[in-house]
Amino acid sequence: MLTQSISKNSLILAAFALVTAGILALTFMKTAPRIADAEKRAAQQALLEIVPDSRHDNDMLHDIWQIPEEQLMELGLSAQSNIHIARLNDAPVAFIVPATAKDGYSGDIKMIIGVNVDGSIAGVRVLSHKETPGLGDRVDLNKSPWVLSFNGKSLQQPQTEKWKVKKDGGEFDQFTGATITPRAVVHQVKQTLEFFERNKSALLEQSPTQAASSIPTESVSSQHSTTSQSE
Amino acid sequence: MNQYQEISLNGIWKNNPALVQLLGLCPLLAVTGSFVNAMGLGLATMVVLIGSNVSVSIIRNAVSDAIKLPAFVMIIASFTTCTELLMQAFTYELYQILGIFIPLIVTNCSILGRADAFASKNKILPSALDGFMMGLGFLLVLLLIGGIREIIGNGTLFANMHLLFGEAAKNWTLHIFGEQYKGFLVAVLPPGAFLVAGLLIALKNITDAKIQQRLAQNKVKVAKGSKRVRTTGQIA
Repeated sequence: MLTQSISKNSLILAAFALVTAGILALTFMKTAPRIADAEKRAAQQALLEIVPDSRHDNDMLHDIWQIPEEQLMELGLSAQSNIHIARLNDAPVAFIVPATAKDGYSGDIKMIIGVNVDGSIAGVRVLSHKETPGLGDRVDLNKSPWVLSFNGKSLQQPQTEKWKVKKDGGEFDQFTGATITPRAVVHQVKQTLEFFERNKSALLEQSPTQAASSIPTESVSSQHSTTSQSE
Repeated sequence: MNQYQEISLNGIWKNNPALVQLLGLCPLLAVTGSFVNAMGLGLATMVVLIGSNVSVSIIRNAVSDAIKLPAFVMIIASFTTCTELLMQAFTYELYQILGIFIPLIVTNCSILGRADAFASKNKILPSALDGFMMGLGFLLVLLLIGGIREIIGNGTLFANMHLLFGEAAKNWTLHIFGEQYKGFLVAVLPPGAFLVAGLLIALKNITDAKIQQRLAQNKVKVAKGSKRVRTTGQIA
């Protein structure tokens, strides 16, 4: 009697597990392509904000240069990462470098920094951070246009020693009530520019064909047709 | 009052999951920093609640008490995962903001609570309505807290609604106190959630007390009359 009820119950439970697993598998299969698409678009969105479509005509997402492992530390990165290269007519116009500021107020500040071929900054975007809401989170473009103040700056303009927040005698604004966060971001952007100068020749040598071979040409054109922003 | 009205009143007011049962407080407090986040999680919870209530009601006679809970948990977990996948596919940015709190819907006690306390004893239609009304009660409280915190904390309402409603919603943002408003930090930080939730609970209790008082007054009047005069009108 007891064994009978046990086996009956476990059969019912097993049937449940099968049905629910089936529903999950079905939903997963139906949504997988859309999710992959959404992830790709989110990654591309950030790149496109820095180098808009008018300035490049390649698939930046796949035109990459692997950062040498021994240099990851300089950019504050811990995992293998890539620099994305923007090209116009096969000539590189800008490089999008991932970097992490380790010395923020709380946790890592992950960002991407776009550097033009001439060494000036195309744009900086903070991708994720845990800074205090209302104080340090103004490094986020959604909260404040502060990161736009990097645009066009380079290691010559302002001079290297001016790459600091105003409180430390530099060129860049800090926020009222938050100096640590902008200080960390300014420092990491400067580090990234220095990294770029050192690796410029290797980056320029990277051939576009090598990366482009794995991508069908249609992905480039589809990227053009779907784009909507051009600032 | 028929059964359906009672279920509705229970979910939204009398037995509100957030204000009376105090269930699901973790997501309630964590994601209500803005209206759109509150709405995203509230809707996801509601979908799971309706789905799990209906399925539990369908299978209520097939499972014995011994395996009732594991079966319910399995149903709830699969609904939550489906919702998570769908949000990831259709509202990717919002999915990233809500993050861990979507899978955590599984642990929202109000869902297992409703499955066990209501859906496992009732027919499909009342169970669906119960899921909807409980979900609505939860959603309304989330929206209230989210709205209040966003207005006080950022001076805006309906900011970033495009995360849920697409490009057309980009300019829905209302600046309640004008563009210059600096924001009031406490409201956006976690303590703000506790304060607003506490005030809402207090407000509900005051309202309930007022209603009770009025009912009591009315009752006394009727009782007095009924002792002496018998009429064919209303007698309590």
